[in-house]
Amino acid sequence: MLKQITVTVNGTQHTAEVEPRLLLVHLIREVLNLTGTHIGCDTSSCGACTILLDGKSVKSCTLLAVQANGKSVTTIEGMIQDGQLHPLQEGFKENHALHCGFCTPGMILRATELLANNPNPTEEEIRWGISGNLCRCTGYNNIVKAIQYAGAKMRGEEPASTEPQFV
Amino acid sequence: MIAQSFNYEAPNTLSEAISLLQKYGDEAKILSGGHSLIPMMKLRFATPECLIDINGIPGLSHIREEGGVLKIGALTREAEVEHSDLLKKHFPIFADVTKLIADPQVRNRGTLGGNLAHGDAANDHPAVMLALNATVIATGPDGERAIPIDEFFFGFYMTALQPDEILTEIQIPIPGGRTGSAYHKLERKVGDYATAGVAVQLTLDDSGNCSAIGIGLTNVNPTPLRAVRSEAALLGKPITDASIAEAAQYAAEDCSPSSDLRGSEEYKRAMVAVLVKRMIHKAMERAGR
Ligand SMILES: Cc1cc2nc3c(=O)[nH]c(=O)nc-3n(C[C@H](O)[C@H](O)[C@H](O)COP(=O)(O)OP(=O)(O)OC[C@H]3O[C@@H](n4cnc5c(N)ncnc54)[C@H](O)[C@@H]3O)c2cc1C
Ligand code: FES
Ligand code: FES
Repeated sequence: MLKQITVTVNGTQHTAEVEPRLLLVHLIREVLNLTGTHIGCDTSSCGACTILLDGKSVKSCTLLAVQANGKSVTTIEGMIQDGQLHPLQEGFKENHALHCGFCTPGMILRATELLANNPNPTEEEIRWGISGNLCRCTGYNNIVKAIQYAGAKMRGEEPASTEPQFV
Repeated sequence: MIAQSFNYEAPNTLSEAISLLQKYGDEAKILSGGHSLIPMMKLRFATPECLIDINGIPGLSHIREEGGVLKIGALTREAEVEHSDLLKKHFPIFADVTKLIADPQVRNRGTLGGNLAHGDAANDHPAVMLALNATVIATGPDGERAIPIDEFFFGFYMTALQPDEILTEIQIPIPGGRTGSAYHKLERKVGDYATAGVAVQLTLDDSGNCSAIGIGLTNVNPTPLRAVRSEAALLGKPITDASIAEAAQYAAEDCSPSSDLRGSEEYKRAMVAVLVKRMIHKAMERAGR
């Protein structure tokens, strides 16, 4: 039995008829063609599929599309504003916080909520904060720096030097 | 992975949800956070005909104190439990446990009610609720019923909840006096289920005797386990190194872990003993000795 749902994605309202078993990540990627949200594990473990649902970071491989009915979703495509990279996007770029980039959209959406709740997190708080996001490339150090960079920018402070850290 | 087809209902009231449960019987499943249920449905370990999403029902999400009792709505998310000031004040054990449950995204969805209703000895809240002597409130066609936590867990994924009942609230007596609580689990990595986990809450009276004690064990038994002999070894007397050692040994003997990828049976029993000791010490410190 199909269900009609209305979801606001990155500020645009979409209406779709979906099977209740359709996963939210499949709605985003296959119905709305927003392929920036990735599927890494499909088992709620890796965080690549992280999006914001009404401002809260969630794993879209473990939600049904019908659960997003009437709610608002932000994906990586919604982070850029007026052609300007979001401070987190800029931070990842400046700090070499991505190699293959597969984990990056999920990391950035997760970090968005982290900084919204805690604008000036300690390194430990950042590491706990991204503990649901796996990265197979970077070793995380530059991801932590990128989030610190974005936090500083968003607080209106000068971000620390972006010399990459090789470990 | 895609779940088998099902009907999806999103009632706005508890009575509607209960009528749907009556209509579908065993074939319906309540959807709370969905972070145990949806993975199982994707693997087709669970194939309900109907999902009843209770997230739109008001009045199921709260943390409040009423007449010496702490009341937590079943739909309260782990993230809300983690950051509640009221819980931090009376029950530091909740900050201990939530930090170790999965990861921030999962905690944004998973609910306290779902964590208990799932009936999985690998989940962390059951042992905590045993230590805290919680009562589970179930609502069905005939109204509310209070289920003591010791009568709630039946077997693998089996609880005292009837097919037409919804877990609506968890009630926890707020202990007086010098009380401390603590939880820790050994895990292989962040987000993993426990190799072994131990929850302790204890109260010390004016003369330093242990006047109340609860000890619950995670993932070392087919059901969440109260360490009955360990509690008896501590109750009604001063807590000493000798009685702590005795309590640790009893817990290790009385649980029934299975050997698996997380460790051998012997290793898990040894870890239970270590954690029982550590959590008693931590709870005593928090009680202010
Ligand atoms: C990657 C990952 C790691 C995890 N790690 C941990 C961990 O370390 N420790 C831990 O404790 N848990 C862990 N979990 C499980 C998580 O905490 C779940 O959210 C929790 O077990 C179930 O809560 P839920 O609200 O998501 O319930 P759901 O998945 O919605 O439901 C679970 C079951 O309970 C029933 N149910 C739910 N609510 C009610 C209700 N109110 N009344 C009656 N029946 C109900 C459902 O029908 C279903 O059978 C993990 C999950 C994931 C995905
Ligand atoms: S794809 Fe969702 S957590 Fe890995
Ligand atoms: S950059 Fe490759 S997985 Fe993170």
